[in-house]
Amino acid sequence: MSAGALSADTATATAPERPVKAVRKSLGRPLITAAVVALAVLWTIPTFGLLISSLRPARDVVNTGWWTFFGHPHFTLANYHDVLFKSGFGGTGGLFPFLVNSLAITIPGTLIPITIAAMAAYSLAWVRFRGSDAIFFTVFALQVVPLQMTLIPLLRLYTHGAHIGSVQILPSLPKGTYYPVWISHTMFGLPLAIFLLHNFISRLPADLMEAAKIDGASHFRIFRTIVLPLSTPALASLAIFQFLWVWNDLLVAITFAGGQNKVLPLTGRLAQLNGQFGAHPELLTAGAFVSMLLPLVVFFSLQRYFVRGLLAGSVKG
Amino acid sequence: MLVPASTFSDSAAKLGNVLEVVAVFFAVLLLIFYVAGKASGKLEKPIAILVFLVPAVLLLLIGLIIPAIRTFYYSFYGATSVKSVGFDNYKWAFTTPAIQTVLKNTLLWIIVAPVLATALGLTIALMVDRMKHQAIVKSLIFMPMVISFVGASIIWNFVYNYRDSSQPQIGLLSKVVITLGWKHPPNWILSSPLNNFLLIVIMIWIQTGFAMVVLSAALKSVPDEIIEAARVDGAHGFRLFSSVQIPMIRSTLVVVLTTIMIATLKVFDIVRTMTGGNFKTSVVANEMYNQTFVQFNNGHGSALAVILFLGVTPLVAYNVIQLRKERATR
Repeated sequence: MSAGALSADTATATAPERPVKAVRKSLGRPLITAAVVALAVLWTIPTFGLLISSLRPARDVVNTGWWTFFGHPHFTLANYHDVLFKSGFGGTGGLFPFLVNSLAITIPGTLIPITIAAMAAYSLAWVRFRGSDAIFFTVFALQVVPLQMTLIPLLRLYTHGAHIGSVQILPSLPKGTYYPVWISHTMFGLPLAIFLLHNFISRLPADLMEAAKIDGASHFRIFRTIVLPLSTPALASLAIFQFLWVWNDLLVAITFAGGQNKVLPLTGRLAQLNGQFGAHPELLTAGAFVSMLLPLVVFFSLQRYFVRGLLAGSVKG
Repeated sequence: MLVPASTFSDSAAKLGNVLEVVAVFFAVLLLIFYVAGKASGKLEKPIAILVFLVPAVLLLLIGLIIPAIRTFYYSFYGATSVKSVGFDNYKWAFTTPAIQTVLKNTLLWIIVAPVLATALGLTIALMVDRMKHQAIVKSLIFMPMVISFVGASIIWNFVYNYRDSSQPQIGLLSKVVITLGWKHPPNWILSSPLNNFLLIVIMIWIQTGFAMVVLSAALKSVPDEIIEAARVDGAHGFRLFSSVQIPMIRSTLVVVLTTIMIATLKVFDIVRTMTGGNFKTSVVANEMYNQTFVQFNNGHGSALAVILFLGVTPLVAYNVIQLRKERATR
């Protein structure tokens, strides 16, 4: 979402569910229930088909439809074995190294932007100075910039560094490392993160801050001991979104780590394989499921935060 | 066979390095906090601003603002950004037949996907509004939201896969239509313009859950008294829905629509993974990537990026105004 919805929609989201009132007595309930169940099944079948495919021998996947599995169940974990345990870094056999790359990109790609955003949000809300409103508004407005607007100049910056005249002010980044990807995700994640955290942090009780000030606490102490602990729910929602965004990202990955199997994440490798459908169908099926596993676990275990975050603003990039 | 020992140790070393980087980041931060926290009096505030705000501002400047301006500038330059070409890149974008197709496709995407996803999401939200166990249904329809576009594309490859009808089918769609009596279905992904709609279906599949969750929350926030009053006045079923519930959630509806539209405008992964933009399925976001990183034409790529930016901006602006209004009325 263009992220403005936090205050507007979280109110509705957190409103407790009322008991269904007699007024809302339904007409034709069985029919509606049947339609809803049919839709839910329809929505799930494609994913379910992939799950079944991933559990079938590679030969079967290529030769017969996944639905024939129920007539002739040949069940195997070989695909998962191949995906996880074949080949090494820089190779193209298994997907394990790419899974490691995904993790290696996602952990810093989530923690670092949120930390920097929380600091910025705190200072914009509680260390006011002339111009802080202008900065906040600019950050908010930056959400309109699509990633695509930044790719070419950033790639140049990473490969050549930045110069003023002949003076190098920023070094180039070593190729084949995670740094360009980490830094890019940090920069792209900041506008939404700062905006959402500012919404939350600026509403913390002023009395608390003032009391701490009177006790002689510095801004740094207030930030660590009051602001961060109280902001946990907002930080959690945001972390889930940033995690999903980085984990699922393809564009940033293939732009800044493309062609370098040493650092390419799972999405990048799967996209390559999908382009040559038929070359490694068994890797595709199981690999896709491996790549979905972590997001699905996060989704089902942290659904409450997820929905809250979604209502607060989920679309970015 | 287990993981080859070398791969395993490589992984451990890699993740170890990554955690080290994170640890160093936080250690340095704490150190800075500790040192900067010693400052007092007049210096305290400037130092706090320096430490808290300047990193973010610098990153945004280097990562978004300057690159966006440069892309704008490159869009008036040639393939290697050396020679100025005036508006040629934009002329190219609007007059080359292949790129006209790309623009038409993009238009198709941003109309069809948001409208259908929102309509479906609203329908489902209304239907589950009175149901028991609605959480299960919602979860299932919502699930595609957390799957990557790449994962979704692989999932849908098993739906759209084509085999000659004399062969056993592995694509679900072919299987279904053959069973229903269509003897020789086309090669779905290769048939333009049908393939565009098939790719849009994937986007709808992903976004419907989002529309449903947000609209469901909005419907729940309509006060019961209003519904009761309407029913006393004789509004039932569809009439209750169209003249009471819909107007009550109209602004949320618009926000959902524009939000999906913005996401659709930037859609890249689905097209990239499913067709690579071939078979007349390319859209602006994908073509921008193609022009830049496959054709190595920075001028064309930048111009497409600017077109994308110009498409997104009014939508975001509209969204913000809508939300302002909504907030003002509460």
